[in-house]
Amino acid sequence: MNPLLPTDADLHAYVDGQLPESRRLQVEALLAADPAVAQRVRTYRDQKRALQEMFAPVLDEPVPETLRAAATPAAARKSVLSRWSLQRLAASLAIAALGGVIGWLGHGRYQQTEMLARATPLPHQAAIAHAVFTPDVRRPVEVTADQEDQLVTWLSKRLGTPVRPPGLGALGYELIGGRLLPGNSGPVAQFMYQEASGQRLTLYVSTERHENRDTAFRFAREGQINVFYWIDGPYGYALSAGIAKEELARIATAVYEQLDDRRP
Amino acid sequence: MDGRAILAELPRLRRYARALVGERAAADDLVQDTLERAWSRSGQWRPGSDLRAWLFGIMHNLRIDQLRRPSLDTTALDDQFVEPPARATQSDSIEFAELAAALAALPEEQRAVMLLVALEEMRYEDVAQTLGIPVGTVMSRLARGRERLRRLLDERNNVTPLRVVR
Repeated sequence: MNPLLPTDADLHAYVDGQLPESRRLQVEALLAADPAVAQRVRTYRDQKRALQEMFAPVLDEPVPETLRAAATPAAARKSVLSRWSLQRLAASLAIAALGGVIGWLGHGRYQQTEMLARATPLPHQAAIAHAVFTPDVRRPVEVTADQEDQLVTWLSKRLGTPVRPPGLGALGYELIGGRLLPGNSGPVAQFMYQEASGQRLTLYVSTERHENRDTAFRFAREGQINVFYWIDGPYGYALSAGIAKEELARIATAVYEQLDDRRP
Repeated sequence: MDGRAILAELPRLRRYARALVGERAAADDLVQDTLERAWSRSGQWRPGSDLRAWLFGIMHNLRIDQLRRPSLDTTALDDQFVEPPARATQSDSIEFAELAAALAALPEEQRAVMLLVALEEMRYEDVAQTLGIPVGTVMSRLARGRERLRRLLDERNNVTPLRVVR
């Protein structure tokens, strides 16, 4: 490597004002010569400034009394009790929130602060979509399973990546079709299956990177709806149904295995 | 150890915790745990050394413990939220809501380095000491974090806009 050519670390040190003076001229020469590198450095600098601005207001917030108390030694010990009761309060609030109905969740999405603050988590989105469309007798899906090829082509095109519904016939669930839905920042797909008894389940497929890391199976309950969900690369999957957790887990495993097999 | 000196560090500890953890209540809990541990280990603090760095180090270790602790309740919502602090205007090139979401999507180890560098304007050597990692690791996490944040924000800005149905 050319010892004079700035390294990646040099670029970051330049952004952070931590570059030794001796390297600065070389970095600046590179920036002048290479617009792409210059753009990258500008982006890093913008990021840094944006982070500073975004969190600067925290410095001006009044410090909660419990923290002020904990900053001094005698109170630090005394505060354990109040801390404990606060945690209990927080826990009971969390339980209340979990018990909340889906309508409440839907409502929350329209509060502006919430909308700004958080993207709706995958299991909530999936459960809401399940609750909205599965009771629909006349038109539960947009494209029915007898046009499966069209369904696959259409959804793959809209999601910008191949998606195909897994076959769950062996488990007693037949595909009845699918639809396109709005996600947090783009389209998501919902496939719907039905059992002989009329029980329906939905597989929600999102290509919005949620946490940007893979997860194991996770379970969530939204009212009467159980949801198993997992993240696999850019894909988020959520399987929802109003059936027992164990039964749903069995189906989720089958779905997972099929999707896994299909990967090149 | 001086309570007033610690009090003076509280706004910074809260800011970093908020940016790292996202949610306000959880962030303040982390700060509170940090203060309690600091007092319980006040004997380990060397007078004259950097109090802020010491407190950030304690917070980092507590956070690592937190993340290692297995989650007890699998029905709990494990998606991570970041609440952008309230502010008056929004005229920046990077939208805060998007930035908050992208920041939350970074691996925590990258986020921690980026925040210490951006918010605390720590020198790389001090970041390394606070997090207990070599400077080389600080640099690679910083580079990966910034690159990833850039890609995440680019992607968000390139989402196909909804078309008007005619």
